Amino acid sequence: MSRYTAVTPGDLKAMLGAIGVDSVDELFARQVPDDVRLREPLDLPEGMGEQEVYAHLRELAARNVSTEDELSFVGAGMYDHYVPAIVDMLCQRSEFLTPYTPYQPEVSQGSLQVMFEYQTAVCELTALPVANASVYEGPSAVASAAYMAKLHNGRARFVVSAGLHPHSLQTLRTYARGFDAEVVEVPLTAELTFDGDAREAGGGRTDLERWREAIDERTCAVIFAQPNFYGVVEDAPALCAIAKGGPTAASPPVVIAQVDPITLGVLKPPGECGVDVAVGEGQALGGRLDFGGPSFGLFAAREEYLRRMPGRIAGETSDVDGRRGFVLTLQTREQHIRRERATSNICTAQALNALAGTVYLSWLGRHGLVELGELLLARTQYARKVLTDIRGVDTLYSGPAVRELALHIDGDVDLVRRSCARQGVNPGVDLHALTGRAEDRGGLLVAITEQRSKGDIDRLAAVLQNALAEAASPGDHTTGEIVGRQVVPA
Amino acid sequence: MSVQVPTAAPPERRTIFQRGAVGRRAFVCPELDVPAVAAADALPARLLRSEPPRLPEVSEPEIVRHYVGLSKRNFDLDSGFYPLGSCTMKHNPRVHERVAALPGHARLHPLQDPERAQGALELMWRLERALATLAGLPHVSLQPSAGSHGELAGALLTRAFHEDRGQRRNKVLIPDTAHGTNPATVAMAGLQTVTIQTNAAGGVDLEDLRSKVDDDVACLMLTNPNTLGVFDSNITQIARIVHEAGAILYYDGANLNAVMGISRPGDMGFDIVHFNLHKTFTQPHGGGGPGSGPIAVSDRIEPYLMVPRIVRGEDGGFDLSEQSPKSIGRLRGFQGNFGCFVRAYAYICSLGASGLRDASEVAVLNANYMLARLSQHGVAEYLPRAYGDLCMHELVLSGAPLKRDLKVKTLDLAKRLLDYGFHPPTVYFPLLVEEALMLEPTETETKETLDAFADAVAAILAEAVADPEILRQAPHTTPVRRLDEAGAVRSPVLRERLADAPQEPAHAG
Amino acid sequence: MGDASYPADLLYHPEHDWARVEGDQATLGITWYAQDVLGEVVFFEPPTVGTKLTQGEAYAEVESVKAVADVIAPLTGEIVAVNDHLSASPQAINEDPYGAGWLVKVRLDDPSGVESLMDAERYTASLTGARDQT
Repeated sequence: MSRYTAVTPGDLKAMLGAIGVDSVDELFARQVPDDVRLREPLDLPEGMGEQEVYAHLRELAARNVSTEDELSFVGAGMYDHYVPAIVDMLCQRSEFLTPYTPYQPEVSQGSLQVMFEYQTAVCELTALPVANASVYEGPSAVASAAYMAKLHNGRARFVVSAGLHPHSLQTLRTYARGFDAEVVEVPLTAELTFDGDAREAGGGRTDLERWREAIDERTCAVIFAQPNFYGVVEDAPALCAIAKGGPTAASPPVVIAQVDPITLGVLKPPGECGVDVAVGEGQALGGRLDFGGPSFGLFAAREEYLRRMPGRIAGETSDVDGRRGFVLTLQTREQHIRRERATSNICTAQALNALAGTVYLSWLGRHGLVELGELLLARTQYARKVLTDIRGVDTLYSGPAVRELALHIDGDVDLVRRSCARQGVNPGVDLHALTGRAEDRGGLLVAITEQRSKGDIDRLAAVLQNALAEAASPGDHTTGEIVGRQVVPA
Repeated sequence: MSVQVPTAAPPERRTIFQRGAVGRRAFVCPELDVPAVAAADALPARLLRSEPPRLPEVSEPEIVRHYVGLSKRNFDLDSGFYPLGSCTMKHNPRVHERVAALPGHARLHPLQDPERAQGALELMWRLERALATLAGLPHVSLQPSAGSHGELAGALLTRAFHEDRGQRRNKVLIPDTAHGTNPATVAMAGLQTVTIQTNAAGGVDLEDLRSKVDDDVACLMLTNPNTLGVFDSNITQIARIVHEAGAILYYDGANLNAVMGISRPGDMGFDIVHFNLHKTFTQPHGGGGPGSGPIAVSDRIEPYLMVPRIVRGEDGGFDLSEQSPKSIGRLRGFQGNFGCFVRAYAYICSLGASGLRDASEVAVLNANYMLARLSQHGVAEYLPRAYGDLCMHELVLSGAPLKRDLKVKTLDLAKRLLDYGFHPPTVYFPLLVEEALMLEPTETETKETLDAFADAVAAILAEAVADPEILRQAPHTTPVRRLDEAGAVRSPVLRERLADAPQEPAHAG
Repeated sequence: MGDASYPADLLYHPEHDWARVEGDQATLGITWYAQDVLGEVVFFEPPTVGTKLTQGEAYAEVESVKAVADVIAPLTGEIVAVNDHLSASPQAINEDPYGAGWLVKVRLDDPSGVESLMDAERYTASLTGARDQT
């Protein structure tokens, strides 16, 4: 008997007797050919008690520097937002944590109704009429939307803004190889001096002229991010209008936008901009960072795409007594029925993470999402001002930003970040290290959440200033205490 | 006398959008501690939202009541037996939740510098090594988000392998017993499915396989034991036939719970294996996700594995590497579902080498005991086993005689099981078994539970003989009864109808 | 939904499709057996008028809650009319498979194609065999 099994010697005897074999080994010997039986024990340590397991995992966790251990301005796709206690409490309830996909609706009304509420919330955020019950996460949601577009119009050329998250772009390229599709990247505008309306100024947005040139009658879908990876708010209505107008107006490509749901209290929702399919990373909505997952991908679209959407969809109906109820619906899209002609191979949703998102959005409420968005906007503007006041720090792109901003540092970003880390501050993401783009050299992507106060931003400014001075000063700064993969205690 | 009937939907059937009242809230926004910036001053009007989204206006206690109320309308593994075939509903140890919630895991940013995420990288590296050991294959990528995502990785790796050798092979062989994800994945990878027949023993029909293997075959995707609960005794021959044609062997690990420490896919000749951490390694299913679908591969597939890869330096430290010129790229953001890795790793630590083997042994023992119990008089006449004398970790019965003799469908039996407090087995899969019923008891159930379930099936079949209407109308005791699924498709209602104006206060609920 | 019926004035294809041949035109649909196996039909998207059908090949799909079936053309020809009512009420395929549940009308290319089809008696006999096998 090992952990979590319960066969006593008495049970074993009775069970083997009922089966009519002499030993458990006989069960295998009669079914698994000798030449593929493993004859030696697995080359793994022996098991541990719960207390030892906890201690071991705690020791591993202690060697990570979490957002509780330092003042972190890291974002770039996942963000350190506050997660209310009710999210943890509800997601840990056995009734939500331990069931399977709701195949038996009579005993799964809780999960099904949550899916229905989640879909409602996603439709409301995106201003699009239909949403599924979630997909894996953000970047693969982009690729799934591209696959849906391919099934929709049969074309195989994706025009993609360079403002898409690099992981989305890389994931799309991987998937596109499977669809035998081409991926064409449209660059962002360079930083320009502009003396008109300040709200229209600044570079870092998808170059509209290049966007127009790239779209042709073979284009299956166009894809951009709002706000884009560099934190800049795109002119989404213009990107959509270009894709749907011009020479391809008769048969336009599918317009796909990757959105950051936390900004949708402030920014015009994709459905009102002309977007056909909105996808996004859901982690910001009450999700843990979890070193990158699990989270959920949101996926909403115009009605005409409903029958080609990937993933589970919950629908309202009634039972034989006329009581309101919910079921998984439109299942003939899915792999377990349509097999090789399925609209996607996705089986599961990210139901538990989507539950967290639904609870979180209810907690924020109608006005909370707007208030939170406005707070992030104000703090981001403030951060931009105090950080660019530092000598040697400038904007990389000065287009309008709502929750994240790209800075340019006059110095070695790696050294500056190390220096900040020694002072307990993680100033953000080294852009060039993540994207590999030449124009991102010297780039630092700084994310603002409601957990980063004015005082925190001021501290970042002070620490960054010191770090720049330190990096600029002569002397050996490669021998900090974090070299050699040692961890800095918080 | 007239009885007053409330006109509003009863509270338990209202959605969160139908609760609350204008002005109610749970969230208190942190103080505006920086100079105010009006959105209209920062952004042109055409980029701004004009109306707040119609999210609920509810207090925290209302949210708690609402979702706790909904939770009570679910059946869950912690409440009862859940023998859903092919899903491996084994106990979810709670220490896994505790370690996953440690701030060093839960609040670790995925772009934290590797040198300051050494614990996480080491955990992933150790999990990779353990999975490699279980698979009998040397290289692992933890990245895929679910089994289906692991399959997609496998199909793309297969293509990359052949293309690197200047070949474009188009066909993927898949047995007719396979999960639907297999053919759906193949299509997404731009390949074509060729279906292989099943033989009388429930395994791959070798003649059919031989007749379909040619130099256009990229890969054979196989689950072993398969969805019939049958371990294919010809596996070595199958591997030889496929390899001789220059094709790859892919192992769908959905049923790995039958063979941990017993038999390894690598030793059977497979090149690529995916794991379902949410099945075999007891990640909670969460009502339909999250999952996690790592893959293990052979040396010849390794050059094409996804990036980033975890590498261990000479100093013993860990890093993430994108240096892999032949890699197929990445399949998602960041490093995969780390929260699932923590739980799976904790599980492997708890069980260890012999515990994992014991888990598979007891899983197979329990399934065979269930099969024996369900072969009893009064059951087997109506629910005969589909294949073989013994089974691996799951068993498939056919309700064809039940339907023929008593005009009661497998679905009716399943619904009646709900009244007895059990979650029904998987029904109507695999497709080639008429009125199929697929049970996977798992190793964490006691003999008493297995007995109680077998007794319930016998009792229900006695009911079916005496009064089949009881089954046809079942369930009778659940929060709702049978639902109009056809109506849900014909006139889809996929979101709450929201009023254009702010919501009026709902009736107190 | 009623009991099984296989009208004598129709011709049948082994994939459970029927044809009512009138001169050089034919009306096509799925049989009582096919709709019974599928269960409640929830979706049928008619092909467009002018589409060419080839005997023995799929020309449309019909969906129930948990199944999708190809509809096989019993004869070769070109579609001249489709049953538009099925978009709104696909259940007609269950309720009246030989009447309101018709799918398309075709102009036949080759009237001799009917020779390979079965009459009601032979089709009914083939069903008994099919049911016993499974």
